[in-house]
Amino acid sequence: MPELTTAVERLSLVIEIGGMPVRVHTTDPGFLDMLQERYSGFVTSSEQPERQAEIEFDIDLTPACFADPNAVVSVSEHQGRWTLERGDFRAEWNPAARTGWIRQTANPYSIDAVLRIVHTLVLARQGGFLLHSASAIRNGKAFLFAGVSEAGKTTISRLAPPDATLLTDEISYVRKHDSGYVAYGTPFTGELAKLGENVSAPVTALYLLAKGSENRIDALAPAEATRSLLANLLFFAEDEELVQMIFHSAFDFVSRIPVSRLTFVPDARVWELIG
Amino acid sequence: MSRLYLARNPRVAARSLDGEMMIMSGRDSTLFTLNRTATILWQAADGATPLDEIVEHRICNEFEVEPAEALHDAETLARELANHEILQISEEPIPPFTPAAGGSL
Repeated sequence: MPELTTAVERLSLVIEIGGMPVRVHTTDPGFLDMLQERYSGFVTSSEQPERQAEIEFDIDLTPACFADPNAVVSVSEHQGRWTLERGDFRAEWNPAARTGWIRQTANPYSIDAVLRIVHTLVLARQGGFLLHSASAIRNGKAFLFAGVSEAGKTTISRLAPPDATLLTDEISYVRKHDSGYVAYGTPFTGELAKLGENVSAPVTALYLLAKGSENRIDALAPAEATRSLLANLLFFAEDEELVQMIFHSAFDFVSRIPVSRLTFVPDARVWELIG
Repeated sequence: MSRLYLARNPRVAARSLDGEMMIMSGRDSTLFTLNRTATILWQAADGATPLDEIVEHRICNEFEVEPAEALHDAETLARELANHEILQISEEPIPPFTPAAGGSL
């Protein structure tokens, strides 16, 4: 009698961002290769079992079809399970079981969005957050450069001197650590399309970017600093408890880290003020 | 004429810094910064004190405005804050919020 089933090899890799390993399972070798390239520098192979993943996702690849990646993101929790949806993916994650699944086509953008969302959910409970900002390490200290689109995140990243290590040009990863905060490199890129370095350093300052006719730093009053920080946080979930947490984290951050407005002329001299 | 009672919506996050009251919606993360009058309403919104008393004791004193005009403006503002789910308003006193067992707040 012929066999009705065939064994399908289950492939996996671990994507570790911000010190949080996420294991991804797929049966598609081509998709695995794409992930390895996309998250280069943030990937460890499945042959390194000593590092247990905090989350495991099974990826269910669907046939290519039109799906709008600009559709509204929906993130909600019900009975301990998170449901994440956008036009181009649907995912579920059970934090207690540390497992979940992602249904998407074979593209790198959908899983990237899922990872960003899951990291914001995990970080919110730990006093950390993802921030719309570039970030870099110089002289062992991390600096964040926040701003909306066109504020200058890509420009300041492009102007970084050789002794600065770029963590990201688009989305910074900030964890609370003892009495301060630590910024980690991320593979979440903006216009520069260059992955950050997978390193970390204590956050020394947050600058709100503004392009101008001179280079200057102006300290912000705590209320304005907090408002600006909150305006630049990435958070997707409709969840009162987590919103409360992230709100109070912003106040805590501003009470510990200097926040200033960095007005700059788009040339390399701006980095003379930083470090 | 019926009286209006105000209570803070327990489902928002709120904090004052440098005299500026910031409120974040727990539903959609919208951030609000309250002006001075809205801050007074928020601070006085205990569910038990009627709006006309809040206006008489807190707003008329501070802004030197006629009570009737102040009450009209305060009611409009209170309804606006309620539309944003920052305040709850009712024609009856509003009992204090007690989270249900296992509630998330």
